[in-house]
Amino acid sequence: MNWEMVIGLETHVELQTESKVFCSCRAEFGAQPNTNVCPVCMGLPGALPVFNEQVLHYAAKAGFALNCNVHHRSRFDRKNYFYPDLPKAYQISQFYKPICENGWLSVQTSQGEKKIGITRIHIEEDAGKLLHDEKNGTLLDMNRCGVPLIEIVSEPDMRSAEEAVAYLRKIRAILTYIGVSDCRMNEGSLRCDVNLSIHQPGEPFGIRTEMKNLNSFQSVERAIKAEYERQIAALESGEEVVQETRRYDQKTGKTSSMRRKENSSDYRYFPDPDLPEVRLTDDQMNAIKAEIPVLPDARREAYMQDYGLTAYAAEQLTSERWIADYFEKAAKAAKSPVSIANLLQGEVFAILSAKAAEAEKEGLAAVEGVESLPITPEHLAKLSDLLVDGRVNSSTGKKILAEMFASDCEPEAYAQEHSLFAVSDDAVLSKAVETVLAQNTDMVDSYKKGKVTVERALMGKAMAMTKGKADPERLSALLHDALEQLV
Amino acid sequence: MKDYQTICAMTVKALVDALESGALTSVAITQACLDSIADQDQAIHAFLAVYSQSALAEAAKSDERRKSGKTLSKLDGVPVALKDNMLVKGTVCTCASKMLQDFVSPYDATVTEKIKAAGMPILGKLNMDEYAMGSSNENSAFGVCRNPWAMQRVPGGSSGGVAAAVAAGMVPVALGSDTGGSIRQPASFCGVTGVKPAYGTVSRYGLVAFGSSLDQIGPIAKTAEDTALIMEIIAGYDMHDATSDSTIPADFAIIPSHTLEGKIIGMPTECFGEGLSPSVNKAIQNAAKQLKSLGAKIIEVSIPSIRYALSAYYVLSSAEASSNLARFDGIRYGYRTEHYADLDELYRKSREEGFGLEVKRRIMLGTFALSSGYQDQYYLKAQQARDLLRHEYLEVLESCDAVLTPVAPTVAFRLGDKTDDPMEMYMGDLYTVTANLTGLPAMSVPCGHVEDDGDLLPVGMSLLGAKDSLQTLLSIADTYEKHFRPNAGIRPYEQCNGGAVR
Repeated sequence: MNWEMVIGLETHVELQTESKVFCSCRAEFGAQPNTNVCPVCMGLPGALPVFNEQVLHYAAKAGFALNCNVHHRSRFDRKNYFYPDLPKAYQISQFYKPICENGWLSVQTSQGEKKIGITRIHIEEDAGKLLHDEKNGTLLDMNRCGVPLIEIVSEPDMRSAEEAVAYLRKIRAILTYIGVSDCRMNEGSLRCDVNLSIHQPGEPFGIRTEMKNLNSFQSVERAIKAEYERQIAALESGEEVVQETRRYDQKTGKTSSMRRKENSSDYRYFPDPDLPEVRLTDDQMNAIKAEIPVLPDARREAYMQDYGLTAYAAEQLTSERWIADYFEKAAKAAKSPVSIANLLQGEVFAILSAKAAEAEKEGLAAVEGVESLPITPEHLAKLSDLLVDGRVNSSTGKKILAEMFASDCEPEAYAQEHSLFAVSDDAVLSKAVETVLAQNTDMVDSYKKGKVTVERALMGKAMAMTKGKADPERLSALLHDALEQLV
Repeated sequence: MKDYQTICAMTVKALVDALESGALTSVAITQACLDSIADQDQAIHAFLAVYSQSALAEAAKSDERRKSGKTLSKLDGVPVALKDNMLVKGTVCTCASKMLQDFVSPYDATVTEKIKAAGMPILGKLNMDEYAMGSSNENSAFGVCRNPWAMQRVPGGSSGGVAAAVAAGMVPVALGSDTGGSIRQPASFCGVTGVKPAYGTVSRYGLVAFGSSLDQIGPIAKTAEDTALIMEIIAGYDMHDATSDSTIPADFAIIPSHTLEGKIIGMPTECFGEGLSPSVNKAIQNAAKQLKSLGAKIIEVSIPSIRYALSAYYVLSSAEASSNLARFDGIRYGYRTEHYADLDELYRKSREEGFGLEVKRRIMLGTFALSSGYQDQYYLKAQQARDLLRHEYLEVLESCDAVLTPVAPTVAFRLGDKTDDPMEMYMGDLYTVTANLTGLPAMSVPCGHVEDDGDLLPVGMSLLGAKDSLQTLLSIADTYEKHFRPNAGIRPYEQCNGGAVR
């Protein structure tokens, strides 16, 4: 049977404010445990929350960037439940009157462009972190208590893992563009709950399950696929899908039941009496709107039209603001923006992901953002020009790029110093061809007998003769001509 | 007469005059209070903690300041005590609960900071109903507090220790908290003056929350004038309390007057019907006549929604309490049960063992009122009643300066009389909860005594006014007190038959 999956996402995003949402403690990531705390975020008796207006500003900015209706008035509610990482035993959230509602964003997938609805965006405080340790049992780090979050709730508009990941990537792109969050899934500043059900197209939606706190694009994708398969298997074997919260296990690649609906908490939401209604005037709203930069969709269009990039390349290069900013700087300085795009998407991204993988293997925090790319855009542009002009060949280009990652050297000067320029002098190249043909008569014989594939091997040898610096097109042409003359 | 009694009978105003003239030192006053506590409090049990050493040290510093002419405030050197739900850095704050019996506060409440900054030595912490829930002080986990007017009777609650300590002359002024009458009712029962300022007047930061939308800190002292003096110190906008109201005028100084000419005082018909004890009614009617004799115009008004007030109050205050008290879970601080198998049991047993009966009753009530499926019938209905009540009060206050009612339907009752009947206990809050639901300022002013079963007991009248009217209410009360209570400040047990300490 043709089961269609229906996906809605709840995305939690930590806002990049200086201080926490209801007190003046620093909201930074990675401080020593329990150093950024005070009576308010520790939920001590008598402490009271005071709202950080910066959070309202950021949440509204996110709302505008995600095409939402941003309300002039919103309010805080208490979500009551017991858990050791929640010091007040309630989370201050927005249930009845969230700041933003009714937005959308659009994604590019293999099926083309798609609009995905956003039901609401509300402000809430993060909880602390429980650290489980064999020696000391469970320890509590309250640094994260009260770090501001926005929760972005999507409509159940997604129909594949690809769409869900594209939606998440777009959320990350937009929020990093407007500078309200760094959206780092590995640091927990972007977290995702997946709601998934299956049905036959045309039939009503099925019963959904929720998978909580997925912390990488990969686990979102895998969890969706695993849960989709599980639900199909359940329904096709005559079992039911029940409404529940499920856990996705990265190791087994399977989901398992955590909590059934009948055991779920009644959060007893009610307006927080400690916090008055928050308001945004028209003037404040206009000022916030004016701060929003050109967003990824608009940039993508521009890259396609102005630089002639493919839709795919343009989507990739606009996925994060720092990449787009970098690309634009380099593209302006270079002769061929397409070559810059190719360099970034090819060699540069490959090196970045290799470095990230290495760091993960060693248990180190990966360097992210623009700091991960220690090459000035002007230098990358120069390398691109050297390649476009054929002054260095692609394999030499790789060598130079590796050195640029190490020292951000100026590529032309480096090539000069190490005599890496491509050899395109016909006399030199012809000499190399002659020598190779003379030294490999058996291969030349094979070629004569029709085994044309030896041409590649001979090409390699000829290239080696030039210490890899030959202009490959020219060398290849000379070799081919020489072989043809022998036949 | 014992040595301390002369000093302990003095009003704050009289103490300030004596300090200014050099007739008394802060050390002498503080020592007199400590002597009074040592002599009487074994029997009364108003104090849960007495800070003898630090209070005397602060008093000595105050005397030094005064010598060099650098006093910090008008009340510099006047000792004060706090209900044990306001935090003082480095000291235990119990809320009269087993749950917090070892909780040492790492920070000062805003009111604590303010009284410290004013140079007032802190004498100690006062007994109360656990987490401020109760009307008799019988819900204290550390033993009942007794009424200095009649030792077998309750001092009222929840600020029972506050009223008893002031009435017995153990401290000249003390701070209580009032969520549904917890300052005014004990003030009435103990014959002292108690003020519940408008919501947002005094910062709640560092007051252990009961009903956040209702709680207010306020003073109890011997006279309206004394309460006005301390209001000037504790009131004011606080950036740490988002419900702090900067529009409330910070001037509370009594405007002295011999007459109430031009003042209009309304008496709601709804407050003088069923449930009001005839003797209290008689005392209030008499007070109305006295006010009239000073030139006030007494009019009859109507506030029909008063009939919803008590139900609305118990739903809302319990709902908020159920959430506010959830943090006492045995995880990070406070009482933790000794034996538990898992997290659930740790929560359940810690709370079951750490909280007293009344607190648990209110948490259950509030949790129910907020539950999905019941919230519309209870919590939302109560909010609607609250809005209606607020509206009616504002309308009535357009035609009068103050609303006069009893503070409580009876005088101080006997210990144990109502402990088996929570509903009857709750009914006693009928006249006081309205000020909390509406957020309006109200005060309890002693207006006479009635004989009850052989005891002569004080009665208080309630004056309530518009949000910005506390100065007016205090001035009306001052005029009244100066005419009809010339003995204010005299220790009550010398007035009443038999005395407090038998």
